Amino acid sequence: MDDGQAIPLRRLPLHDLHVGQGGRMVPFAGWEMPVHYPAGVMAEHLHTRSAASLFDVSHMGQVLLRPRNGLDHLASCVEALVPADILGLPRGRQRYALLTDDAGGIRDDVMMANRGDHLFVVVNASTRDADLAHFRESLGHAEVEEAADRALLALQGPTAEHALGRLVPAVSGMRFMDVAIVPWGGMDLWLSRSGYTGEDGFEISVPATGAQTLAEALLAGGEVKLAGLGARDSLRLEAGLCLYGNDIDRTTSPVEAGLSWSIGKARRIGGSRAGGFPGADRILRQLELGPRRQRVGLQPEGRAPMRAGTAITSPEGHVGHVTSGGFGPTLQAPIAMGYVDAKLAQPGTRLNGDVRGRSLPVSVVPLPFVAPSFKR
Amino acid sequence: MKFTEDHEWLRPEGDLIVVGITEHAAKELGDIVFVELPEIEAMVAQGDEVVVIESVKAASDILAPVDGEIVEVNSKLADNPGLVNEDPLGAGWFFKVRVDDMAVLDDFMDEDEYQDSIG
Repeated sequence: MDDGQAIPLRRLPLHDLHVGQGGRMVPFAGWEMPVHYPAGVMAEHLHTRSAASLFDVSHMGQVLLRPRNGLDHLASCVEALVPADILGLPRGRQRYALLTDDAGGIRDDVMMANRGDHLFVVVNASTRDADLAHFRESLGHAEVEEAADRALLALQGPTAEHALGRLVPAVSGMRFMDVAIVPWGGMDLWLSRSGYTGEDGFEISVPATGAQTLAEALLAGGEVKLAGLGARDSLRLEAGLCLYGNDIDRTTSPVEAGLSWSIGKARRIGGSRAGGFPGADRILRQLELGPRRQRVGLQPEGRAPMRAGTAITSPEGHVGHVTSGGFGPTLQAPIAMGYVDAKLAQPGTRLNGDVRGRSLPVSVVPLPFVAPSFKR
Repeated sequence: MKFTEDHEWLRPEGDLIVVGITEHAAKELGDIVFVELPEIEAMVAQGDEVVVIESVKAASDILAPVDGEIVEVNSKLADNPGLVNEDPLGAGWFFKVRVDDMAVLDDFMDEDEYQDSIG
């Protein structure tokens, strides 16, 4: 972790709006980010589940990959970096993809969209610079451009379609993982019907100069409220979604992480474009034989949260650890996820978590904790 | 009522001292979801970690403000940790401690001094 002292923190385009709304600003991945507003994490979380919240995720990297030899050629080159099916990604759709490394670990988890004549990629803030260098080094036949002059807002919750539809009626025609570029207020909004909360919603890329106008338009009327990183974290944990750097990193494989669904059928053994991505041998072998450990949901039986780093034990000894843990406001109970030995990964398995020197019971449970409500 | 620099309050009650956290601290911590209290009859020394507070955001330690014996804890917090947010100076108290000499309270800030310290 950086200590927030050495390098000056970057400010979001909506910094003044956050501060004006009472946002508690904290350092995160090199940015000054709102962790919550006066309502607090619990209220912001529950409002997202019952109505809609606006999150500023402008710290994430927005990258354009423009082909020099046509989109199919670019998609083929990108497939040398990810196990996802990118050649088969239809125009106007996006897909979750993992950048893997030669050891079968995960360099980053990203969203890739086919926007007709180029690919649009959203990458994590902490890996942005490494990803850009990786793309530039590996994609000789593409122009790699960071859209650094744009903000990224996530509008999430069951009333997100209604709220955004007031400004852009066409969004009602989009379904989960559709992408579109639509004009609004003299700007181009880059929309995707997606998010990272388990709720229906949209991610909206907007020119930084127009971000405040858009945010104020979405917040007008009071139906949509601001929510910070704290609620984003508890929402994604309830939804069973991985946080890069916590739940997945270069020491975890896609199969261990339970992200095998993101490995395209064509990229698997027997597929038409089997392998060909970094770490393919190890990853495809794990897919066939099963991993040694697996990411699982963990439900502490008491009220004490089990935070990241909590050791998980069985009577035989150490069997894993928590990678994300806290309190699930929707469930009003502590929830966690982490890695355990594969033979102990069946839901219902009872284990123990070491919390401040005490061994407390915890059960393996299916993920997600809260079922998603995407508009498919 | 007296106050520590760590945002605890101490209230004399007969020969005991009741300890909790201030409104300022409860607000800073955010929504409290779990409070781990010390064992009754535990002997604690000033500076010991005696209470763990878990908010939605993170875990925080509360340090014993005085030396003494824990004689009672607020068992209502087990089922309703949110009392610390709702009524930090009253129903959200943590524990009662028996000290050798109540004069130990003289070492702490009074309310005006505490309010000045948090600006």
